[in-house]
Amino acid sequence: MSHFAAWAIAISLAYLGLLFALASFGDRRAEQGRSVIANPYIYTLSLAVYCTAWTYFGSVGVAASQGVAFLPVYLGPTLLALLFLGPVRKILLIAKAYGITSIADFASARYGKSGTVAGLVTIVALLGSIPYISLQLKAVATGIELLFAHDGVSERGALGADSALLVALVLAAFSILFGTRHIDATEHHQGMVLAIAFESVVKLLCFLVVGIFVTWVLFSGPSDLLARAEAAGVVDRLHFSATRLSYADWFLLTLLSAFAVLLLPRQFQVMVIENLDIRHLQRASWMFPLYLLVINIFVLPIALAGLILGGTVAEADSFVLGLPLVHGQAWLAILAFLGGLSAATAMVIVETVAVSTMISNDLVMPLLLRIRALGLAQRPDLTGLILGVRRAGIILAVAGGYLFFHSVGEAMGLVSIGYIAFAGVAQFAPLLLLGIAWKGANRNGAVVGLLAGFLVWLYTLVLPSFVIAGVLPESILREGPFGIALLRPTALFGLEGLHPVAHCALWSLTINSALLVLVSLLSSASDLERLQAILFVDVEQSRGTPRLWRGEAKVGALEELLVRFLGRPAAEAIWQAETARRGRPLNPDEPADAGLVERAERQLARAIGAASARAVVASTVRGESIGPDALLEILDETQKVLEYSRRLEQKSRELEVATAELRRANERLRELDRLKDDFLATVSHELRTPLTSIRSFSEILLDNPDLEAEERARFLRIITSESERLTRLINDVLDLSKIESGRMEWKIGPADLVELVREGIRAAEGLMAEKGVELEVAIPDEPAPVTCDRDRIVQVVLNLLSNACKFVPRPGGRVRVELRRKGSVFEIRVEDNGPGVPPEARELVFEKFHQLTGNLNTQKPTGTGLGLAISKQIVEHFGGRIWIEEATLGGAALCFTLPVSEEAGAARVAA
Amino acid sequence: MASDRLARLCAVALVALALFNFPMVEVVERWAKVTSVPLVPLYFFVAWAGVIALAAWLLERGGGGEP
Repeated sequence: MSHFAAWAIAISLAYLGLLFALASFGDRRAEQGRSVIANPYIYTLSLAVYCTAWTYFGSVGVAASQGVAFLPVYLGPTLLALLFLGPVRKILLIAKAYGITSIADFASARYGKSGTVAGLVTIVALLGSIPYISLQLKAVATGIELLFAHDGVSERGALGADSALLVALVLAAFSILFGTRHIDATEHHQGMVLAIAFESVVKLLCFLVVGIFVTWVLFSGPSDLLARAEAAGVVDRLHFSATRLSYADWFLLTLLSAFAVLLLPRQFQVMVIENLDIRHLQRASWMFPLYLLVINIFVLPIALAGLILGGTVAEADSFVLGLPLVHGQAWLAILAFLGGLSAATAMVIVETVAVSTMISNDLVMPLLLRIRALGLAQRPDLTGLILGVRRAGIILAVAGGYLFFHSVGEAMGLVSIGYIAFAGVAQFAPLLLLGIAWKGANRNGAVVGLLAGFLVWLYTLVLPSFVIAGVLPESILREGPFGIALLRPTALFGLEGLHPVAHCALWSLTINSALLVLVSLLSSASDLERLQAILFVDVEQSRGTPRLWRGEAKVGALEELLVRFLGRPAAEAIWQAETARRGRPLNPDEPADAGLVERAERQLARAIGAASARAVVASTVRGESIGPDALLEILDETQKVLEYSRRLEQKSRELEVATAELRRANERLRELDRLKDDFLATVSHELRTPLTSIRSFSEILLDNPDLEAEERARFLRIITSESERLTRLINDVLDLSKIESGRMEWKIGPADLVELVREGIRAAEGLMAEKGVELEVAIPDEPAPVTCDRDRIVQVVLNLLSNACKFVPRPGGRVRVELRRKGSVFEIRVEDNGPGVPPEARELVFEKFHQLTGNLNTQKPTGTGLGLAISKQIVEHFGGRIWIEEATLGGAALCFTLPVSEEAGAARVAA
Repeated sequence: MASDRLARLCAVALVALALFNFPMVEVVERWAKVTSVPLVPLYFFVAWAGVIALAAWLLERGGGGEP
């Protein structure tokens, strides 16, 4: 082996070692919780795994013959990137909410956790990946051949084997090391993401270095390049016509690429599954297109340069490596090879990890679990088995790529091979994009649409590639199968003139989406499907809503399940978190509640996918399936609970009302109790004052028998007057208590109010004369008929008059009594020119024992303090009202009304 | 705010779709036939860069909150 090629191989292996170290570093930092990839720049660079050997070598190959025809592959993703904050963000939200592990898992979860959908998507993804992986093998193998050819040796002789096989083996080993070292509950491969982000930098820089070398070293700048292209007659590559694409082709290829950048298994892996923070989408939305633009700048210059310097169109796929090599730049050639290797390894690693995860989670494990004879559900530890299946999946994908390369790929250009994969994964677009927007899309529609699209893809694109490779007769393309021209694979139903890929995209996507919509509308969905559809389409509203779950499982059984699938450390970590959440240790014998079962399933889903997790948990949790009856029962129960809670609410409202009433009644009682206490205290006090005075004067009389007659008479008069006051007080108290308790005996009869008022005035005349009060009377002559107890009303009038006399100034006291009819009542006013009653006290004076000891009148009032209270009771008993207002004389006006007795009036008139 | 921005980005995507397809490309192709400047590739890259710049401006002004 020559020195140069040996160096190239050694450097390449060292580079792969460096990548592995980088990945280990990324994983270690992730385990320590100090992620190095949690930023939008690494996220953007990881999305650039989109640019594979296809971009690195193949774009130049296309440009050399078809000019700008390489562009739709990057313009499409630019369009999709502009929508990162729209549908893509929704897909990320859903994936994060429901622990999605792959695109197959996503589709399966959306369509009722269907194993069929998961398996079908996995098979399509695997078949789509195989040509794509073969493209990488072909590119790297061609590179190695070129390096060896430079040394003048055959690589087969030097390496002792087929270079493509060696590349396949190395890449498979490398992917296994990267992707399946362990299954972790989070299913993030932070180390892998770090490595591919690094590779994105390497391939970009290498390509730019080659581009700069070609443009400014081999040529003296773009204008020189352009002039010499003109001279060489290859300048026609700069026209759109060189693409040999119609505008319909152009549009369809752009659309296909836009789907591919989201739906290729590796793109879904880095964009959705490996995303650490949904906010990274925002910056990636413009930085990812920018990366695509930059890596494409030198495609045309390199292609033109290659052609100018004597390269043929057939060799154009290797211009990037060939140009430095031919011009003696050995180290630059190694750099160019490293860039290509970066692009290819990144693709193969992520693609195989994504596909092998699908194969294990969505295809093999559900099947194995379903075969009861294997008894997998009872096996103590399944982590080893899962890892084994994944490794086998990686080997299967790479081996498939190698076989495809040998049977078909050698005859085709890189880009043609790549487009096969694009059209294949584009079949996921209808079920995925309609699935997150339209709740009506159901499992039957998805399966039929995908299956039809897949078959159309096989027929219109994969089959022709086998024809090109010479595996199948060419007559199929020219004349159609069995000579049926309408069924020609590249001109289906006579649709000619389209680029084969555009033709395939048009037919497969149209039939796929049409059938999806049609079958969904015509068939009915299961309850679980409808539930999942709602959870997906309304993800923004239903984030955090627990799923419906019925069944019985012991906590211990669930834990055992987690240990089996995730390994003991991971399961214990989950259990510890659960204990912390509950604040108490979990008892293995207690039944697991819906929340616990759901979280356990979610954790399992992260490792083995939704469909498998469901199958596994269902094997432990009896009676889990939600049939229509169960769902109705749940609804019924829910309704009952709702009804119950509604009634409870009503009861509690009623209780509140009753409580408020009780509280009010209680307050009233307390108030009354307090009033009674006050009353008793006041009465006792009022009784004690005259009694004290009587007792003390009696004692004086008793102790001093020889008092003078005059003195003795004065003392006896005081005793008599105090006794009278006592009697009055007791009478008043008795009256009041009789009225209040309703035991008063009223002598009710017709009466003339005029007469009663005059009687009251006569009774008070003595008092007024004594005080020198000037009385003014304004009473009509005609009778004022009322129905009442005469004596009581006289008492009221007398009360008011004596009250007035108490407050008038001496001398110069004036009192005015007025009676007049006001509608249906007679109003009696007793005014005085005393100090008046302040407005705030006008209510209080009618309370028991309330005595006005106004500031103006320092003299202690002489009443019992019950007069006005009794008057109020009497007036109100006869349907009247009593109040105080401002008097025209300047003092207070005590007024009361009594209703006019129409009967009495009529009787009188009749008499 | 977030939905405003999404609407604007959708508008940018529609503009990009129009710029990258018929009839704009056809117009440029006709012009390219009468000049020696490589107008078609230039047009694609300039329009592409313009779209990215517009998106970047829409996305980065006003800081990066939760989209």
